[in-house]
Amino acid sequence: MLLEVSGLHAAYGATRVIHGIGFAMEEKSITALLGANGAGKTTTLRALCGMVKTEGQIRFRGERIDGRSTEDIARLGIAHVPDGRGTFLNLTAEENLRLGAYTRKDRAAVEADLERVFGYFPQLRARRAQQAGTLSGGEQQMLAVSRALMLAPKLMLLDEPSFGLAPLLVRELFGILRAINERERVGMLLVEQNAAMALDLADRAYLIETGRVVLSGTAADIKRDDAVRRAYLGY
Amino acid sequence: MTLDAVIFQVLAGLATGGIYASLALALVMIYHATHLVNFAQGEMAMFTTYIAWSLINAGMPYWPVFLLTVGIAFILGILIERIVVRPVENAPVLVVVVVFIGLLVILNSVAGWIYTYTIKSFPSPFPRQPILGIHYISAHELGAIGVTLAVLALLYAFFRFTPLGLAMRAAAQNPESSRLVGIRVGWMLALGWGLAAAVGAVAGMMVAPVVYLDPNMMSGILLYAFAAALLGGIDSPGGAVLGGFAVGVLENVLGAFVIGNELKLAVALVLIVGVLLVRPSGLFGRVYVTRV
Repeated sequence: MLLEVSGLHAAYGATRVIHGIGFAMEEKSITALLGANGAGKTTTLRALCGMVKTEGQIRFRGERIDGRSTEDIARLGIAHVPDGRGTFLNLTAEENLRLGAYTRKDRAAVEADLERVFGYFPQLRARRAQQAGTLSGGEQQMLAVSRALMLAPKLMLLDEPSFGLAPLLVRELFGILRAINERERVGMLLVEQNAAMALDLADRAYLIETGRVVLSGTAADIKRDDAVRRAYLGY
Repeated sequence: MTLDAVIFQVLAGLATGGIYASLALALVMIYHATHLVNFAQGEMAMFTTYIAWSLINAGMPYWPVFLLTVGIAFILGILIERIVVRPVENAPVLVVVVVFIGLLVILNSVAGWIYTYTIKSFPSPFPRQPILGIHYISAHELGAIGVTLAVLALLYAFFRFTPLGLAMRAAAQNPESSRLVGIRVGWMLALGWGLAAAVGAVAGMMVAPVVYLDPNMMSGILLYAFAAALLGGIDSPGGAVLGGFAVGVLENVLGAFVIGNELKLAVALVLIVGVLLVRPSGLFGRVYVTRV
């Protein structure tokens, strides 16, 4: 198993946000966490990275990672594309990408990965010397995904990659995410409000409501669920 | 006022300006990481200059002492961050300011207690006679400018071209994203303090032969460094350096020809107030617009 989460609770100060979430992911699989605003999806991702106080167990490839520092978790190979993209706005696009590979010692492989990332997102090559804060929203999202990819991760946590992007761009981005998943053999945990796009990409999905998992199954099953269709897919 | 005299004052201004520039840069480095001005920066420099004085008095030759002092300052800077600054990391601004001022008073008193308040002379590594036949500027002033420029160039190269320098810049501007790529942000801040202390130590050793060594030697100089940092923009390293040289030259030229030596320090204060009134972000600082 790539990731096993059980009985996960998380709180911001006294405000409990997730109440005993549990799910599991196979290596190289894509799992979607669906749910409305405020359901606890983003908090779940933040909990996995040690960015909020948690209770419960998180295992990454069999190893307990709950309670460890964010830096250590990143070094294990979990790359988080955070809510709001987390761009280093005053640095250049290339510096952003090199920071993604900061913990890696294999210099030659890093250079090769930089080229590979430019292969997925050719626009970024043209923008490599440009200050990241001046990139468009879509380019910054590509940069955020690319920065995560530069870590050579085993697991990518993607928080609303479709946020603020035009529909055509979302389709393009999701197509690239699928290609990355297949070629780089990296697992993806996807948090999305755009349930239709997420279910097309994912193998499995979990529906979260008010900090609890209320439904789980293969993406195809979830897509056929009447309640999900009415509430999240809108048809 | 002859041309010779002006050239003389400008060059002397550049020499002290280099000192202000170094100290201003140290201020900017810590400001970048903490968004606060380290009031103890000058006393840290003073204290390490005393360490250098002890080593020289113990019989060590100048340049090994110079390097050793820079190393000791670096470690002291890291220790101060780990022991004094880190515990108040998430405290309100005022608490941190009080801690910085406390640090200033403590370093000042400890230096006075160990070394007494008697003024001591501090050697210059440069010859007494003007070098290269240039009579406008003393060898020490020329040397101090050279050392300052070398330090600034080294720092620039470090921050611009090394992965560690890049990680330090990243940690200062976006700690959360930095953690997500595996950067140990806490250590980057500590390294920043170490580097700032090391730069301050160089400034201290370069200015001590001119102003002589005593526990209060840096108080006026720190004021000029504040003026320099504000003039250039407290968040702009390049601006702080240019500001340092500009303040040095202004101070000397105005002091010699316009207002006299007694009012020199007032120049710094007028500059500080003037910049804050007219252009609060400094000449090279960024204006941040926040949506609320």
